[in-house]
Amino acid sequence: MLTIKDLKANVEDKNILKGLNLDIKPGEIHAIMGPNGAGKSTLGNVLSGREGYEVTGGTAELEGTDLLDLDPEERARLGLFLAFQYPVEIPGVSNLEFLKASVDSVRAAQGKDPLDSVSFLKLARAKCKLVNLDQSFLKRGVNEGFSGGEKKRNEIMQMMLLEPKICILDETDSGLDIDALQVVAEGVNSLRDPNRSFIIVTHYQRLLDYIVPDYVHVLADGKIVKSGGKELALELEEKGYGWLEDAAENGAA
Amino acid sequence: MTDFHNGLLAVNDEANSPLSAVTALNSSGADSFLAQEIPTRKTEAWKYTSLFNLTSNEEGYGRLAETHGAAGLDGLATIPALDAQRLVFVNGQYSKELSSNTEHKNVVRFSQADDAQKSIIADNLGSAIEQEKHVFGALNNAITTDGVLVHVGKNEQLKTNIQITHITTPQAKAFTVPARLLIVLETGAQATVVEHFASTDDEQNCFVNAITEAKVGANARLNHYRLQLIQEGSIQIGGVHIDLDRDANYDSFQLGLGAKIVRNDINVNHNVGGSHCELVGVYLPQNKQLIDFHSNIEHKVANCTTSEVFRGIMADKSKAVFNGRIHIHPDAQKTLAELSNKNLLLSNDATINTKPELEIYADDVRCAHGATIAQLDEQARFYLQSRGISAAEADVMLSFGFINELLENLELDAIRNLIRPILAQRFGRDEELMKHIG
Repeated sequence: MLTIKDLKANVEDKNILKGLNLDIKPGEIHAIMGPNGAGKSTLGNVLSGREGYEVTGGTAELEGTDLLDLDPEERARLGLFLAFQYPVEIPGVSNLEFLKASVDSVRAAQGKDPLDSVSFLKLARAKCKLVNLDQSFLKRGVNEGFSGGEKKRNEIMQMMLLEPKICILDETDSGLDIDALQVVAEGVNSLRDPNRSFIIVTHYQRLLDYIVPDYVHVLADGKIVKSGGKELALELEEKGYGWLEDAAENGAA
Repeated sequence: MTDFHNGLLAVNDEANSPLSAVTALNSSGADSFLAQEIPTRKTEAWKYTSLFNLTSNEEGYGRLAETHGAAGLDGLATIPALDAQRLVFVNGQYSKELSSNTEHKNVVRFSQADDAQKSIIADNLGSAIEQEKHVFGALNNAITTDGVLVHVGKNEQLKTNIQITHITTPQAKAFTVPARLLIVLETGAQATVVEHFASTDDEQNCFVNAITEAKVGANARLNHYRLQLIQEGSIQIGGVHIDLDRDANYDSFQLGLGAKIVRNDINVNHNVGGSHCELVGVYLPQNKQLIDFHSNIEHKVANCTTSEVFRGIMADKSKAVFNGRIHIHPDAQKTLAELSNKNLLLSNDATINTKPELEIYADDVRCAHGATIAQLDEQARFYLQSRGISAAEADVMLSFGFINELLENLELDAIRNLIRPILAQRFGRDEELMKHIG
């Protein structure tokens, strides 16, 4: 599904990703954990094409298509979805109009006709219900005045509407209380599919109690320094990241 | 005194109002107008707004329109779904055909006023405007013959909205439309007045000189909409002059699309205390249009509040001017005043001259002001793109949103629904890009 080879990227001339490799097969959930500043968020931003992230080497292919040369919207239309750590508030643009524009664009890329307004509204309302957001959120400005949890649920709702192939959740659990966390996790679990993969970027093991990963990777200093099964997350929770960073340094030396 | 002065005054040569209050105003207006020089770019308040297109027009604007036909103007005269008592003027003349069928006791043309209404006109007309400071106010005083009075009595809450529409059509020669509106709300009265300026799509050659005065009584509330949806060949210069009594409320929304020259002076006087004024405005010039909003809020007394938010988007080679003066007199303690002006430039050739101007002579006040000129938010654009929306469509949606944010609080849905498609057309010049706005 998604194959990342030796990915290197700079932010403001600083090396952040230093040769990252990751191979994600259809239907798999990969968790990426790591200390602050390791490059976790950079990975999501580079893959989704945010300005200011300069790729200096390597490749990232989604089903054989090189993502790195594409505009952000083209990547999204191919089926890449980034759930933002800090979803952006856009007053004046209604959530519903935004969602419709988004779904229409992705459908158009797939050769499908846009949904008519009534069908779309029905669909959006149904998804609202699934993530426990009141329908009034559809009328409000995009994320405008939403609480942290509401913003994250709005992200999951977008994911449900767009039905992407690869979903990257960038610290979606940060700032969430346990109820919101469960709603988010249920949303993700409901989207699990043999043809859809997930990258769950998180600092804490907590989310992984609810979304059980197939693989856990530790990202430190711009590289994957350790990979394992879901039990690795528990080990990290217990021991912290220090021992791995030490190991990485020793390995490098 | 110049040919230009005399030319414009000639508009009123043959007119003769049956109201002595109007003829008296005409003569004091003419004196004041003749005593004032026509502003040039050296006049501080006109530094960025040239009157060249008005003053240099070869045939001059010094005549009234010759035709006032209503045929085909139904659509322009109507604001869909607005429940309103409607008075419509075509090229300055009242159109019975386009106006509401029935009369309304709260709205009358000066020429039709009964004795009680005449005395209200006599007591109030011209009293909120300082004509020696507003040359085009003086002009309007001089050339007004028939205006509209909206009068709401003590503690009366007007359920029906009042809509006053001025439509222009091109004439053989350039012409002037003097438009005058006087709103008088007695103690505890409430009213919503929609002023609406429209024109046919043909190239216009009118000069609309429109002045609105409002006297908002103690505890009274005026909701005022002023929509300038005029074709770009037009010239419109005038303004609103508002006197606020104790605990009065003035809530206004202004929309201007820009034209050959559009200049609106907004003057609000907090005269007694406890009054509140809320000004929201949007301007959207394109092509080579010009639009200028000059607001001046006089906090003469203590405990009054002003909130003023104007936003503009300038496209192509257009130009906008915004000047927001808030003058807090020495006695105006405990004043709360906020002024915000945000602008988006959509092209390198577009211009905005913005100037917030706080003059504070009291020491116990809270005032804030800000003026920004910005590009669209990169973060927001990326967010939309990351959901599959093209950069071009994202820009259209964000520009629309920048203005739409101010529309969300409008009380009248009908006005919002009238404006949104107009906005959408301004930004989404490509059908493909405007599917998801409006």
